[in-house]
Amino acid sequence: MVTLADAGEHRRDAAHRAWRTACEIPDPELPMLTLADLGVLRGVEVEQDGTVVVRLTPTYSGCPAVAEMRAEAATRLQADGFPAVRVVTVLDPPWTTDWITSQGRLKLAEHGIAPPGPRRLSESGPVWLSLGPAPSDVPCPRCASVDTEEISRFAATACLALRRCGTCLEPFEHLKDL
Amino acid sequence: MSHEDLYVDHDNAQWAFGTGFTDPLHGVDQRVPDGIDAGDLAACCLALGDDALVSAQRLAEWCTRAPELEEELALANIGLDLLGQARLLYARTGRADGTGRGEDAYAYFRDPDGFRNLRLAELPGGDFAFTITRLLVLSVWRLAVFEELTSAPDPVLAAIAAKSVKELSYHCHYAAVWTVRLGDGTPESRDRLRTALSDVAPWLGEPLTDQTAAGLGAESAVVADRTLRHLADVVVRAGFDPSEVLPLGPASAPAIPGSGRDGDRTEHLAPLLTELQSIARAHPQAQW
Repeated sequence: MVTLADAGEHRRDAAHRAWRTACEIPDPELPMLTLADLGVLRGVEVEQDGTVVVRLTPTYSGCPAVAEMRAEAATRLQADGFPAVRVVTVLDPPWTTDWITSQGRLKLAEHGIAPPGPRRLSESGPVWLSLGPAPSDVPCPRCASVDTEEISRFAATACLALRRCGTCLEPFEHLKDL
Repeated sequence: MSHEDLYVDHDNAQWAFGTGFTDPLHGVDQRVPDGIDAGDLAACCLALGDDALVSAQRLAEWCTRAPELEEELALANIGLDLLGQARLLYARTGRADGTGRGEDAYAYFRDPDGFRNLRLAELPGGDFAFTITRLLVLSVWRLAVFEELTSAPDPVLAAIAAKSVKELSYHCHYAAVWTVRLGDGTPESRDRLRTALSDVAPWLGEPLTDQTAAGLGAESAVVADRTLRHLADVVVRAGFDPSEVLPLGPASAPAIPGSGRDGDRTEHLAPLLTELQSIARAHPQAQW
């Protein structure tokens, strides 16, 4: 006979396994990062009946990668022996680049993308419309020079800006502070 | 590989939209809290969703036509942010108005007279200066509205607002930098900006007196005041006298009779929607 305690223990193990699997899901647009690195994975739980609930938060409202993240989470967890998977959206608190882990920042830099700095937008209250220059202290991910300039605030995806290094002259992408 | 293999969706995971659109609020507690007028909430979400959808469509029209690749990407990305906001707001509308309709019902299966967007959003794109000027006005105004709505009594709308504020800050910055650049650029760019400012002016009354979000915490006077202050700041840096190109306050804003919020439309919305809705209406059972 399975006691409640046994069932509880079993569920904790299952939750750990589900968490580890979910942690390995790569981001569709920045595949060097996992959803955990990106801070998009907010939680994984296993319910009484074995259903895995995965909580994801979108980076940008219109991020087209969300549908793919959901599909990937379901596919991987099902392959890992969890037939029932529910992926739910979490909107609050909203995602910011501060949710990116230090490991995630390291991986970005290793792949030539300058990681975001601390957020310059105010945490709460009215956002002052700043006309100041773009952040100038973003170091080049290739040569670490701080002599870099912004070419375009919007690049290949909504989350990236395009910059150029004045020392090694290479262009590079910067994950914008949000 | 046969022709069909090229587009038949064999592996859903490969396609961002291969599995069909899902409810963007899936899993969020969507009950409307007690004490909130669900009709007001639905009207507010619908109007702000329509502003975003129509603006996104106008911005998307710049694809392949913008002066530089970087600007094309920027305008398309701003449009994508707004499209995302529209999806969330439509999902909230369907819950608040009690119909349970999904986002597609609002975007694809309403006629022009059912839309409640500001008429400024639906005007044709014009030249780059007009697009930038309109983007500046609408983003600065929308940012002010959403800043106030972050403390809306409806937690879902408040969360959508908090998310949108971060995106809109970038939109405002982009439009402001370009406005300044056009203003202190060449005589031609300055003339174009001056023309754009005077073309936009008659439509300012509508956002500046808009009451749509007033019942949910975005008081019209607060929003109008902050909008005008920010706009004046940018216009000064672009080298114009604000008193010549902007109204002093909502009361002095020139207004074209009627209101987009009451369903009054210009002749420009119908062709925009015809293009936006054509595929969905031709294939109403289609899976995206």
